[in-house]
Amino acid sequence: MIVEFILLVLKAAIPAGTPLLFGTLGEVTAERSGVLNLGVEGMMIVGAVTAFGVTYTTGNIWLGLAAAALAGSLLALVHAFASITLRVNQVVSGLALTMLGLGVSGLVGKRFIGMPPRTRLAPLTLPGLSDLPVIGPLFFRYDPMVYLAIILALVLWFMMYKTRWGITLRSVGESPATADALGVPVFRVRYLAVLFGGLMAGLGGAYLSVVYTTAWIEGMTAGAGWIVIALTIFAMWDPVRAMLGAYLFGGVRVLQYRLQPLGISPNLLNMLPFIFTILVLMLSTGEVIRRRVGAPAALMQPYTREER
Amino acid sequence: MNNWPHFRLEKRLTVPPWLEFLTLAVSLLLALVAIAVLFRVLGVNPIVAYQRIFRGAFGSLYGLSETIVKAIPLMMCGIGLSLAFRARVYNIGAEGQLLVGAICATGLALSRPDWPSWALRPAMFLVGFIGGALWALIPALLKARFRVDETLSSLMMVYIASELVNYLVYGPWKGAKEMGFPYTDKFSPSAQLPRLLNTRIHYPTLILALVLAVLAYVLIQRTKWGFEIRVTGENPEAARYAGMNYFKTVLLVMLLSGGMAGLAGVGEVAGIHYRLRYPQGISPGYGFTAIIVTWLARLNPLLVIISALLLGGLLVGGDAIQVALGLPVATIYIFNGVILLFVLGSDLFTHYKIRLEWRRER
Repeated sequence: MIVEFILLVLKAAIPAGTPLLFGTLGEVTAERSGVLNLGVEGMMIVGAVTAFGVTYTTGNIWLGLAAAALAGSLLALVHAFASITLRVNQVVSGLALTMLGLGVSGLVGKRFIGMPPRTRLAPLTLPGLSDLPVIGPLFFRYDPMVYLAIILALVLWFMMYKTRWGITLRSVGESPATADALGVPVFRVRYLAVLFGGLMAGLGGAYLSVVYTTAWIEGMTAGAGWIVIALTIFAMWDPVRAMLGAYLFGGVRVLQYRLQPLGISPNLLNMLPFIFTILVLMLSTGEVIRRRVGAPAALMQPYTREER
Repeated sequence: MNNWPHFRLEKRLTVPPWLEFLTLAVSLLLALVAIAVLFRVLGVNPIVAYQRIFRGAFGSLYGLSETIVKAIPLMMCGIGLSLAFRARVYNIGAEGQLLVGAICATGLALSRPDWPSWALRPAMFLVGFIGGALWALIPALLKARFRVDETLSSLMMVYIASELVNYLVYGPWKGAKEMGFPYTDKFSPSAQLPRLLNTRIHYPTLILALVLAVLAYVLIQRTKWGFEIRVTGENPEAARYAGMNYFKTVLLVMLLSGGMAGLAGVGEVAGIHYRLRYPQGISPGYGFTAIIVTWLARLNPLLVIISALLLGGLLVGGDAIQVALGLPVATIYIFNGVILLFVLGSDLFTHYKIRLEWRRER
């Protein structure tokens, strides 16, 4: 009984955490380059409406996903231009992006409200593996996007810590002036990181509307973008920890429905991710810890050559 | 490697007021043009939409009164935020502080319904201020003690506050007479703020906001604390050399901005709803919109009054295009987002001389 319950929650936590994982991998990359983007909620919802719209119109879910990725990065380009080139306050610019995204998605999505999905993404079945008892349903019966997110997390982790590309990215977020002096194109790296963040947030939103819920509902991200911001900190800017965190936070979302009949308030459970995040913020700011796992030193600081 | 367009920036030593005004006006105008283009692309006639918004917000006495109603919480939050942003303390959690202010006032109103109005109403404002300030104190202390960035922590506190309201109105505070709606019971008449004639303008809150705007202006321009706030924001190094206590300033502006957001929450429950409701029912993001209000007002508490009326009008106009053109309420966020981006971008043109150069990238 208890084991069954745990398995049930675990199995639901992974798809529930997948949109968060996409978004968080993108935000981790952007913040590693030194740019905080509080526009994740906006990019996700624009991704959601684009994916639903394109899938509904063309009948092709992959086209929908690709369009969502493009839409997400298009919105991210606005933030990149504002925060990197115009050097405006990143916090406020990100908030503006969220508002813009919520507004545009509401307007565009009006015609899709209540529309049925044209196609669905079939779960991936691996002959043999998917039929194993317990392990089969727990690990091998999800849709392809779940696996794509996991692969991206692992690849991103490898690139970030084991390749030259990763050193470049992290150096730009830690000390842009030094990186610049060493010949790293700081502006270009930051632009690419922010665009990648938008692409991933777009995919995260798309997952919600064409895979997880298979409908367009106005405001359907319902704060997922803010959980991504929390999760990025919670994961201490690490792609693999982001994966674990996303499933944990996804599990919290699943649990709220499961525990409500037992008299446990879903609202108090919903606070947990944010409380955890504040605790992580507190614990990760000591100088020694910060150097190992903390926030990129140049996070939220625009870079300019003249003031080097 | 290719040539790469590159802006060279020269910081202006002094910013003439006419330039500040000009860039603000031009950026607002450009924002309106950009929104019109966006509307066109998305299949909405911008001219019609703009007309409806303007008429909805300012074209009738009812519209005007609703504009003022929505401007009240924006003013309250914006005045506090202008102090915090001046010190470059980015409290973006006003939304949460507003909700906690509403919770505290509701707690008092529901537990002391028999108090006479002359005692209960001021006491509600007092506990609302304290509640909002305490909610802001958490990020402030985290910054002072652990050097946690206040932007992120104050943002996290918004969602905790929002779930707290949900918890209360679905759980222990759920009204006995509310037919299953997530509302508390209605406040006793002595906890309800009076309104102007047959409008929803709860004038005690409005008067309080106007007084606080003047006080905040005096504080920032004429007092030692205000001087310290300004120096801390403009040049933290200089502030330190001058022996100013950075954390005292952070604490001060966080408490004031949190407290004032709390007052905004009191106004909403005591002046508009007469009860606590689910969070979106209390505030459609007033605390976040107040950030735009503050930025538009160039962090000047007196100008906050004007920009709050402008964005309050936009909220009312948003309701109007929803009714008249069948557009979703969220449409109005397009205005908020684009205006904010353009005003932000214009700051650069105010404070720097800009030269575009083509330079080889290294």
